[in-house]
Amino acid sequence: MYDFSIITTAIDQFLRSLMPSALATFLECVLIAVCVLVAYVLLAIVMIFMERKVCAAFQCRLGPMRVGFWGLLQVFADVFKMIIKEIIDFKRTDNLLYNLAPFLVVLSSVLTFSCLPFANGIEVLDFNVGLFFIMATSSFGVLGIMLAGWSSNNKFSMIGAMRSGAQMVSYELSIGLSMLTLVALSGTLQLSEIVARQADMWFIFKGHLPALTAFIIYLIAGNAETNRGPFDLPEAESELTAGYHTEYSGMGFGFFYVAEFMNLFIVSGIAATIFLGGWMPLHVPGLDAFNATMDYIPGPVWFFGKTFFVIWLLMWIKWTFPRLRIDQVITLEWKYLMPIGLVNLLIMTLCVVMGWTF
Amino acid sequence: MNITFIQPEKFREQMEYLRRERGMDFLRELVGMDWGEEGIGAVYMLENSETKENVQVATRSTNREAPAIPTVSDIWKIAEMYEREAFDFFGIIFTGHPDLRRLFLRNDWVGYPLRKDYDESEELNPVRMFSENVENDCTHTLAPDGTLQRNPDTLFDNNEYIINIGPQHPATHGVLRFRLSLEGEVIKKTDVHCGYIHRGVEKISERLTYPQILALTDRLDYLSAHQNRHALCMCIENAMDVEVTERTQYIRTIMDELQRIDSHLLFISCAAMDLGALTTFIYGFRDREKILDIFEEVTGGRLIQNYNVIGGVQADITATFAEKVKAFCKYIPKKIKEYNDVFTNNIITRKRMVGVGVLGRDEAISFGCTGGTGRASGWACDVRKRHPYALYDKVDFKEVIYQNGDSFSRYLVRIDEIMESVRIIEQLIDNIPEGDYKVKTKPVIRIPEGSYHATVEGSRGEFGVFIESRGEKSPYRIKFRPMGLPLVACMGTLLNGNKIADLMTIGATLDYVIPDIDR
Repeated sequence: MYDFSIITTAIDQFLRSLMPSALATFLECVLIAVCVLVAYVLLAIVMIFMERKVCAAFQCRLGPMRVGFWGLLQVFADVFKMIIKEIIDFKRTDNLLYNLAPFLVVLSSVLTFSCLPFANGIEVLDFNVGLFFIMATSSFGVLGIMLAGWSSNNKFSMIGAMRSGAQMVSYELSIGLSMLTLVALSGTLQLSEIVARQADMWFIFKGHLPALTAFIIYLIAGNAETNRGPFDLPEAESELTAGYHTEYSGMGFGFFYVAEFMNLFIVSGIAATIFLGGWMPLHVPGLDAFNATMDYIPGPVWFFGKTFFVIWLLMWIKWTFPRLRIDQVITLEWKYLMPIGLVNLLIMTLCVVMGWTF
Repeated sequence: MNITFIQPEKFREQMEYLRRERGMDFLRELVGMDWGEEGIGAVYMLENSETKENVQVATRSTNREAPAIPTVSDIWKIAEMYEREAFDFFGIIFTGHPDLRRLFLRNDWVGYPLRKDYDESEELNPVRMFSENVENDCTHTLAPDGTLQRNPDTLFDNNEYIINIGPQHPATHGVLRFRLSLEGEVIKKTDVHCGYIHRGVEKISERLTYPQILALTDRLDYLSAHQNRHALCMCIENAMDVEVTERTQYIRTIMDELQRIDSHLLFISCAAMDLGALTTFIYGFRDREKILDIFEEVTGGRLIQNYNVIGGVQADITATFAEKVKAFCKYIPKKIKEYNDVFTNNIITRKRMVGVGVLGRDEAISFGCTGGTGRASGWACDVRKRHPYALYDKVDFKEVIYQNGDSFSRYLVRIDEIMESVRIIEQLIDNIPEGDYKVKTKPVIRIPEGSYHATVEGSRGEFGVFIESRGEKSPYRIKFRPMGLPLVACMGTLLNGNKIADLMTIGATLDYVIPDIDR
């Protein structure tokens, strides 16, 4: 595979030849931050467009068609509208927390986003406890949601936030367990290393039954973690109007909206990385000619292809299923997913110890 | 229609006798009435749910200042709501009623609008630009001297966690307002507020001619537009002894059934949307569109159609009508299968609906919950079978009855009824006889003196029209039986102890339409 670190190293050396090392490091940090944020926003726009079109296809509609060719400019128009909208202040809200909440949600999302390995050599945050870091950063998003619900001084928001808290804290366990199952298989927490170890075969094939179980649990829990699909009860529009973000307008709401879509991308990206080989092409042991052909397809195509496939799966679920009730959501996690996940972890460990993997 | 008058002193005793000895367990209607000098009172229409026997009794008090009648709200549960309505419009004080508040009008309204001596001057009731006083967490009881007493803070405690569902809320399907007292996610107490879309249809009708009143019925339950108008036309035709032609009966029956399918498709869509399945919502609307196209072709309207007129229908069916209806009857069973695949048989749908909001048979009758809701509870309450009208005694169809009374049964009743309606239409559509679509009536329509009543099976229950005529061009009193008021009245019983999310399931499956409740 083409190693993108050649380019990044070249840029690094070029900058260091021009200016002192400290300044170059600072400049690189700024540069990367801008790149990450731009990629974040662009992907969010792509996702919103995709959601609309996928949803329309499921519902025998066309989706947005008027603005631009096939409605391509619709999302840009919406973003523009959202930016110029007034941000309304309320009298009896807790102002600091109210304004802080959307940033916390976006911060958690951006931090997790920058951990994803997009291609060989394009990894912003890559260190030996990468997966652990992802779990840590992604879980403080719930803090922002809880704060939003609490500080809005609105009973609907409050109920939405409480639901969200209960749900996300619960499903964190299943996500963690299914990731841990894969860590047991891969033997490392570093994301680039996880991808590299799938060079001969993707983990979902290598770990066969336990890996597949973990993948399904991960998809369900990931869906719950992003407050989507059958698990969108924190913002259930037919019950709580808009849940925890009822009182937000303009970009305050925009941040929640973008973060929700990007969390979907992140959940799918991680699924693609740890289960489906990330940017690693499809390799079948023994078929060397096939493997060599697959290598011609560049890494980013593989990564985004797999990620969007998982996103599409989750959208399919969202636009087909009705919404669960809060007690059913909690029952599903604590009575079914978590016990299954624990047993699954045990089986996977056993498989790895006995060498029953491919 | 024969009405037996009973003295207020003996009224209670007689009503208890009717309930216990004669088995009159269904209070069809309670019509408040101002007889002028003879007094103010109410007409009670009772029915035995087993034998289908009907009794109409009335009682009145000559004291116009504070007409007092004993309450029957402990005998029939629905009477609590009906009596609040009669109090609202006529100021009848029902002694012993647990909570006599106004039902539709603001609590600062002056006077009782349906009384014949009501003062309509705008100084008394101007358009108020402020909301009604907030101290409405109260119940009303009667003091021993006959005056009403407000008991503040008896409805909800000051430190209860109360949320408003509505008047602007996606789950209420219109402007209805629930106030729920919550403990976490669990609903502890429910209070229903009606009247946000109250237009005073009955009051307006008292000064319109009969053909003019017809224009208002489509706007009650807009999803039973044909049936509503059918009931009113039928009532007037019976009163005037007008015989409509066979062709009219065929057209009316087919249109009623198409309307029922239309309404049930919307029911499925909205139930799915309330549970969060938006795709099924769009599917339902896609198919409902086909019915609306047929309506548009024949009547010119899609929602408000103004099709039935006294003596027939407005216009003859078009040449392509039969063909399109037949195509639709072929089309819809396939789509029902699609709904079942996508939504009905989904595990989450079942988990959300089965066993949620169980309404027992006796409760359904006591609350007067007719239509799909009553039939889901095992009560054979279909007017088409009970008191056949139009062509319903000539066609073969099954009355869909489920026994469980939960939300899922209420949902299944509608699905099955679509298929039954298709069967009815298929039996009729090929045999529409030739003839006039309308018989000639007198240019000015007057109904002979007396009381008249007609009911039809609307899309969500029994829709009744009661006319008290004094031989004029307009009715002395007209009353429409709302299909939705009983459904809303039983919400409290069904909700308490359930979760917020169940409010959406129960509300969606009870299937009420707000303009029909508020009138």
